[in-house]
Amino acid sequence: MTGLTGAYVPGTSPLHRLPAGAKLGGLAAACTVLVLLGSPAALAGAAAAVAGLYALARVGVAAAWAQVRPVRWFAVALFALQWFTVGVEGAAVTTLRVVLAVALAGLVTITTRTSDMLATLERCLAPARFVGLDPFRVSLLLSLTIRSVPVLTGLAARVREAQRARGVERSLRAFAVPLVVGALRHADALGEALSARGLDD
Amino acid sequence: MKDAGKKRRFPTGDLARVAVFAALIAVLGLPGGFNVFGSSVPITLQTLGVMLAGAILGAWRGALAVAVLLVLVAAGLPLLAGGRGGLGVFAGPSVGFLIGWIPGAAMVGWLVERAGRDPGVVRLVLACLAGGVGVVYVFGIPAWSLVTGQSLGQVALLSIAFLPGDLAKAVLTALVARGTQRAYPDAVPAVHQERVRAGRGR
Repeated sequence: MTGLTGAYVPGTSPLHRLPAGAKLGGLAAACTVLVLLGSPAALAGAAAAVAGLYALARVGVAAAWAQVRPVRWFAVALFALQWFTVGVEGAAVTTLRVVLAVALAGLVTITTRTSDMLATLERCLAPARFVGLDPFRVSLLLSLTIRSVPVLTGLAARVREAQRARGVERSLRAFAVPLVVGALRHADALGEALSARGLDD
Repeated sequence: MKDAGKKRRFPTGDLARVAVFAALIAVLGLPGGFNVFGSSVPITLQTLGVMLAGAILGAWRGALAVAVLLVLVAAGLPLLAGGRGGLGVFAGPSVGFLIGWIPGAAMVGWLVERAGRDPGVVRLVLACLAGGVGVVYVFGIPAWSLVTGQSLGQVALLSIAFLPGDLAKAVLTALVARGTQRAYPDAVPAVHQERVRAGRGR
């Protein structure tokens, strides 16, 4: 798995050093402000502020572009459609709002380690233990999932090889059914192994 | 450490199933996961995984598997189709479709749980259409309209473009779920629940 480190870009900027909880709170506040801003001038200011934040984080242009890239065609289509219905000014406002929100959220992801994010989540979930949610089980569930991704990727590769050997490369069922059955076998063996180690007590 | 009530609600075997299915949804969305018709039409099978989670794990375990995946995505892991991930996807226009996966999987599971020990393919198709397409669109379209400020009707018209693919995937999911449940009877939610209940009585 190439990608399982996430989009995090290591660094020592003030943004990297802020605690994850503070960044998430700031993101929520910033997105609220974005919705309230109505004029193109105000949103241009917001765009400059977002660009400034990216510069402050010193993550490089490539990492910044990688965050906005998934919505690029959507932004073009949205701008064109809105231009027809509400005019060029309204189109600029809505499109900028979406792109800036995506860029800001991406900035939080770029400057925060996945492990820090999960640790923050677990801290936030701590009060939930009073309604019967066990933080240990939550973190076990999350880490088991992360561990299972490469296991299932390997399983998918084996199933594809078997498919090729049988000459049914094009059948989606011949791919998905063995994959799902294999995943279930793996899951049930994993569950038995966990309870054999006393996880049920 | 844990009380008896909790053990009854969430046995370790179910925890493992939820974790593995969350990972399965991610793996089905991997780039190059599967290409139909040679390689001309690359389609992602991620929503297939979402519906399968409901059809095989049952309502709330299926929903939990989707929720776990979304939490990991929000934490920054690139587990969505095309290697997308991070908080950005929850600020974009498709946020409603992602959030809608949770009740969507629950709906599929709820319907399949009620189909008994040997759900037929028609029941599975209907469940996948109701949960995987109906419920997901009910959440996705209003959120899209909220994010972009377009009218509901306009957005609904635009999302028709995705409808044929989603309908095809719902039918495909039903076929895959049926095949899996014949090969592995414990993949039927009703059978699994019965077995877990019997195991507890021992």
